[in-house]
Amino acid sequence: MTQPLLADYFPILVFLGIAGGIAIAMVGGAYLAARQKPYAEKLSTYECGFAPFEDTRHRFDVRFYLVAILFIIFDLEVAFLFPWAIALGDIGWLGFGSMMGFLFVLTVGFVYEWRKGALDWE
Amino acid sequence: MNWILALPELVLALSGLAILGIGVLPKRNTHFACAMAAVGAFLLAAALAIGAPEGSAFGGQIVSDAFTRFAKVLILIGAAAGVVLSLDYNAREGLDRFEYPVLLVFATLGMLVMVSANDLMSLYIGLELLSLSLYVVAAFNRDDERSAEAGLKYFVLGALASGLLLYGSSLTYGFTGTTNFDRIADALSDPSKASSGLVVGMVFVIVGLAFKVSAVPFHMWTPDVYEGAPTPVTAFFAAAPKVAAIGLFARVLGGPFGDLAGQWQQVIVLISLLSMVLGAFAAIGQSNIKRLMAYSSIGHVGYALVGLAAASEAGMRGLLVYMAIYLLMNLGAFAVLVAMRRQGRAVERVEDLAGLARTDLSMAVWMAIFMFSMAGIPPLAGFFGKMFVFKAAIDAGLWTLAIVGVLSSVVSAFYYLRIVKVMFFDEPAGALDPRPASVSFVMAASGVFTTLFFLYPAPLVAAAQAAVAALLG
Repeated sequence: MTQPLLADYFPILVFLGIAGGIAIAMVGGAYLAARQKPYAEKLSTYECGFAPFEDTRHRFDVRFYLVAILFIIFDLEVAFLFPWAIALGDIGWLGFGSMMGFLFVLTVGFVYEWRKGALDWE
Repeated sequence: MNWILALPELVLALSGLAILGIGVLPKRNTHFACAMAAVGAFLLAAALAIGAPEGSAFGGQIVSDAFTRFAKVLILIGAAAGVVLSLDYNAREGLDRFEYPVLLVFATLGMLVMVSANDLMSLYIGLELLSLSLYVVAAFNRDDERSAEAGLKYFVLGALASGLLLYGSSLTYGFTGTTNFDRIADALSDPSKASSGLVVGMVFVIVGLAFKVSAVPFHMWTPDVYEGAPTPVTAFFAAAPKVAAIGLFARVLGGPFGDLAGQWQQVIVLISLLSMVLGAFAAIGQSNIKRLMAYSSIGHVGYALVGLAAASEAGMRGLLVYMAIYLLMNLGAFAVLVAMRRQGRAVERVEDLAGLARTDLSMAVWMAIFMFSMAGIPPLAGFFGKMFVFKAAIDAGLWTLAIVGVLSSVVSAFYYLRIVKVMFFDEPAGALDPRPASVSFVMAASGVFTTLFFLYPAPLVAAAQAAVAALLG
């Protein structure tokens, strides 16, 4: 290894190799070991509960999307919480307060969606 | 870290959340209480903005100076009037949901962040908070096809504009290595650093902002959105966000890109010329008064940009005075539009004003004053706005711009005066419904300002002068 920059990336190359190997082993193992009984429904593309091929001008229930959007907000919240929790020792009270402010804003939004009935399916 | 500098924004953010809570928790309709709380929050924020100390905070992300004070007070006046105008209209149209004032509070918060931004990041966050709130209020009458269409059109074109602005910001960041306005200005003080890539980035930022102020050729959304959105929403659109976006224009071009004036001046001259001409000619054939006011607002943005195109201290001052006068007289004109109801239904054609002088003389007189003022007839306020920007353009040697401006205001006088003629000389089309006190209040306050501005213009001009000194200093 003459170039230290490339050498730093060597673990990533190893990781890529391992990841690829595991993926191939799992799919290939299933292909070799499992019993194959294909039929039309099973072979069709999976599309979140909708028929995969049909006219795009089609009515669908907007509640699916409401739930999906609300999920994304809290999903992102958790994605922010993980690095925050790791770095909490370094960022001190300011970092703690910032996250509490962020959570407070989200909580107000959560109270709103709850009271408006966005979480009730029926 | 100096929290005090962001106090108006913090107060608005917290009151927005509080109003959302007050609105959603009780079972009954809380629209009126929430609207009043929103007006209170605007007034409190305005008081705090006037008393705000100067300096920069949050690592140079936001700044507080005479310019932000000037712009914030105007924005908060526009926002408060927007809420007041909506009170009665929304109740009658079945739009009296508490989300309306909450959205206006958040839109206003976005505008305050925009004008106090001192960094491309905080600029974008403010602009996006404003835009997202406005998309929703444009479609607020969601069972009405035109309102939903207005919201969707505004969203699609607004997203395009945000994309262009971000692209320009990323080029600027790439070529200067910073998003902070002060450091961009430092980087550009050496003319050899002004590479063509940076100029392209700046032009994209200008395009993104031109979309928001609806300057030609980026105005396509304006007539449809103004016509489709509920009338109080149109009144809000035409007032505060225009001031905020023009203020942002002044801040971005006067501050970080101040040393590239030779480059952006040509762009501003062009969009200003086109806006004035299109605003004058396209409005002539309109029969819907909201659509007519949309073209009128495009024209007014063109006149305001004349001041920016001059790229001088006098030009910037003219720009700020023009926007202040535009905001205050436009609120009055839109108060008349909001009051246009006949037999419980909102009407919005020019002919619906026919013979108004015989059925409601005071409203006809106020409307005539607003129309004369917008046409730029002395001694009304609109004349002084135009005088300041045209004089600055002449001093800067931009004769073409000044001459085209004067000629297009002559053309635009046609459609303003047509409204006056319809109100005073046509056969009455039947009386309008009695107007609520809240609308009359905005109409009268705006009318008194428009009429009497010439007696005492000094405070506004002095405030604009101080703002420009802070901006260019």
